[in-house]
Amino acid sequence: MTDTTTPITFTPERLAKAQEIIARYPAGKQKSALLPLLHLAQEQYGWVSSDVMDYVAGLLSILPIEVYEVASFYTMFHLDPVGKHVIEYCRTGPCCLMGGEDVYGHLKQKLGIDTGETTPDGKFTLKEVECLAACGWGPVFQIREKYYMNLTNSKVDEIIEELSKD
Amino acid sequence: MENTAPQLFKITFDGIEIEVPPGTTIMQAARQLGPHYAPPAMCYYEPLKGTGGKCRACLVKVTAGSAKDPRPMPKLVPSCITTVQDGMVVENTTNESVLETRRGIVEFLLINHPLDCPVCDQAGECHLQDFAFEHGRVTTRYEEERRTFEKHDIGPYVQLHMTRCILCYRCVFTADQITNKRVHGVMNRGDHAEISTYIEKAIDNDFSGNVIDVCPVGALTDKTYRFKSRVWFSKPVEAHCDCEKCSGNVTLWYRGDEVIRVTARKNEWGEVKEFICNTCRFERKKTSDWTIEGPTKISRHSVIMANKYRADLKKPAFGLKVAEAQYKQIDDSRPYITDGTTIRELSKENNAKANQRSLAENN
Amino acid sequence: MAVKILTEHINVPGINTFDVYRKMGGYTAVEKALKKMTPEEVVEEVKKSGVRGRGGAGFPMGMKWSFLAKPEGVPRYLVCNADESEPGTFKDHFLMREIPHLLIEGMIVSSFALGANKSFIYVRGELMYVIHILEKAIAEAKAAGFLGKNILGSGYDLELVVQPGGGAYICGEETALLESLEGKRGNPRNKPPFPAVKGLYQSPTVVNNVESIANTPWIVNNGGDAYASLGIGRSTGTKLISASGHINKPGVYEIPLGITVEDFIYADEWCGGIRPGHHLKAVIAGGSSVPILPAHLILNLANGDKRLMTYESLSDGGFATGTMLGSGGFIAMDETACVVRNTWTFARFYHHESCGQCSPCREGTGWMDKVLERIEHGKGNMHDIDLLVDVAKKIEGNTICPLGDAAAWPVASAIRHFRDEFEWHVKHPQEATQPGAVYRGAMELV
Repeated sequence: MTDTTTPITFTPERLAKAQEIIARYPAGKQKSALLPLLHLAQEQYGWVSSDVMDYVAGLLSILPIEVYEVASFYTMFHLDPVGKHVIEYCRTGPCCLMGGEDVYGHLKQKLGIDTGETTPDGKFTLKEVECLAACGWGPVFQIREKYYMNLTNSKVDEIIEELSKD
Repeated sequence: MENTAPQLFKITFDGIEIEVPPGTTIMQAARQLGPHYAPPAMCYYEPLKGTGGKCRACLVKVTAGSAKDPRPMPKLVPSCITTVQDGMVVENTTNESVLETRRGIVEFLLINHPLDCPVCDQAGECHLQDFAFEHGRVTTRYEEERRTFEKHDIGPYVQLHMTRCILCYRCVFTADQITNKRVHGVMNRGDHAEISTYIEKAIDNDFSGNVIDVCPVGALTDKTYRFKSRVWFSKPVEAHCDCEKCSGNVTLWYRGDEVIRVTARKNEWGEVKEFICNTCRFERKKTSDWTIEGPTKISRHSVIMANKYRADLKKPAFGLKVAEAQYKQIDDSRPYITDGTTIRELSKENNAKANQRSLAENN
Repeated sequence: MAVKILTEHINVPGINTFDVYRKMGGYTAVEKALKKMTPEEVVEEVKKSGVRGRGGAGFPMGMKWSFLAKPEGVPRYLVCNADESEPGTFKDHFLMREIPHLLIEGMIVSSFALGANKSFIYVRGELMYVIHILEKAIAEAKAAGFLGKNILGSGYDLELVVQPGGGAYICGEETALLESLEGKRGNPRNKPPFPAVKGLYQSPTVVNNVESIANTPWIVNNGGDAYASLGIGRSTGTKLISASGHINKPGVYEIPLGITVEDFIYADEWCGGIRPGHHLKAVIAGGSSVPILPAHLILNLANGDKRLMTYESLSDGGFATGTMLGSGGFIAMDETACVVRNTWTFARFYHHESCGQCSPCREGTGWMDKVLERIEHGKGNMHDIDLLVDVAKKIEGNTICPLGDAAAWPVASAIRHFRDEFEWHVKHPQEATQPGAVYRGAMELV
């Protein structure tokens, strides 16, 4: 959750990283850094609030609306608060062929929530996503940067239990 | 004289030869021939740079690319952004696949449209109505739920009805090109894409009102004119004032002695060449604010012309007949009309029948 | 064993590090190109190789390179399309993860050929861990003098930037990718102008797929003619196929173009056959966008000859009896797969991924999704089936970018080849909505 009382700002390491990213592009083309910076912001805050977007707009000297338009176009950016672990579950054809829908049903039951919801303890948010380019290793879901592949009911149980610990 | 004339490209459009300067688009060339020939345009807006190519309403068939390379183009091309080549041959209304595709485009634009024309301020001057009337099917094949959006207040002057929007992006280009700071844009994507300010925020800018004039449908309408009248009950008059912000050249819309609306002046394609400021549009609503030039020229075919409502069309008998005909066609037990009958054709037929009946009854 | 161009050393331990990759002969193509060849000579070899774009369209790479405009004083860009998101396709993911230096080497050689001094690798944002792998590889290559200023003393400078996407299939379309790389919404551009004339930052740009670029080191080392001698006809070289679905050994395979589809499915070297006790029902041969074919048509051409894994053979018969090689996303289905359900998940995919810019795709993909969902859930009517065919036809060819076609083809082809299955869903809604229920009527299994 974003703390609304402290102003939005990158940590010093992330700010340095942001400056390094902006410098990758030709002069005047700093808007190219928008997606990398949104990823960086989401990494820090967990989701992308309008305040965060305004801050990113400021860093890139672009209009806030240009950030809103972009952030809402791409599905990886969470525009609402999410749980600690966001499970992004592939729902596309090849994963379905491998029994992805059954495993998803099990996952929902295990967490006690439906797609788009967050567990009451704030630990897990469940999202359905389209193809994650891991079809041969399906069913698949992703939590942050990590891919969990060849999922089965028991494997899902293990993962959830492991993640519930922290 | 021969030497001073620029080199011209000769193209054939629906069988008519026309010479235009290089760089002209097919749409611009067709518009030179007149409204009867020009392909419909829902997103293209000549005064705004970068518009066009999105709605696909103006797709035409190029049966010969140029004199040098007379092969046909494999796909239909958007006439608004395709530039002519010397010797190009274009088919618009003379090509069945173009007309069939256009029927499809009308259908696509209408499946999620609320069809709330009876309560829409744009009705009567709506490009989607015109487009559907000219090119659409009589019936719909859409049985799914229509898309809806959460309502957003975008300020005291402009009313946003997102369900009516066809995502032409014209208002976005307008804000980009004639205001200094755009605060609205297109959010989300796919069929959930919507015009929005994202955070509840008034669009506050001296020229923001122009988005109303460029909107081809009733998605962006004038809050100060909302539900005040129907366009066909009002009389447009050209007027100007000495404005420090804009040209001050406007159209005043009268109902009786009252100015109920001020808009920029539109050309025959519904395009504004001189954008006006919000003060002129929203605050100068007294005749004494303006110097009147005279009545606005309106196409004979426009609903704004009172003549449009001919005596025979008002007869209840005719209305009943139309209702009867229409009602049968939405009866689900009957097969859909798939032969591509258009509303215009049906109404032509019905008009002819009604005229005959009326003659017979009167004699 | 067949020649492996990309994956020969893929199982060598540590091949993802610079040292091992270099020891296995890596970066020799950079040395050869920068020291002994002119950019034009590299382009010429790629042209001679006949290698075709591996992203899906199959356009000859050398020809694409030769279209690049070269106005004075304007920078040129090479952008690698690693936004792999086509359902059924995971070959680039595999290649970048396992042997990242191959792509880096290819990027250096290709950028040199095109005269680009700043090149980009646009990777889908979900593959952030692969982005870190690539960034590490770039740092290693730079430390070894293969990137940066005056590479190997040749006077040629190159900087590589890895750019993350944000979750949008549409950014695999090259102009949408460029828009995204400029920090905008991934709305495809109207063409012309093509990227070769006005691409990234309005400068001449080439956009190539990961696998296409990964082929260039081998082409430089061995010559375009050697590459062209592999494969059959205009399908030269090898192709990575990502195999998924009901096969014994899902995974990524580098095949010589020209083996039979039958061999690919049943030989132990490749997919190892359909899972035990089951039979092949249908195949989507080139990623979700290409037409689905029933078993007998994927194995054989309409004239009875064996179908081959080549661009030409797979598209033999047009859309009536053929399909496309596409991106090489090979999805096999056995008799337990419901074509209607599978078609619906794909329609839902395209609905979800449409950018929403042009009306046929924005409205049509949603319409098909909703109708298919109804049919799948036992609420369909007979006229819905023809409606789907007509909606698909109205989208196809009428959109700004190929996503419209890609959305239309799976639906149209599924109905073309499996119409009775759709009709069964309409006629027997109760039976069809039972868990795991699949139509077993006039199905031809192999």
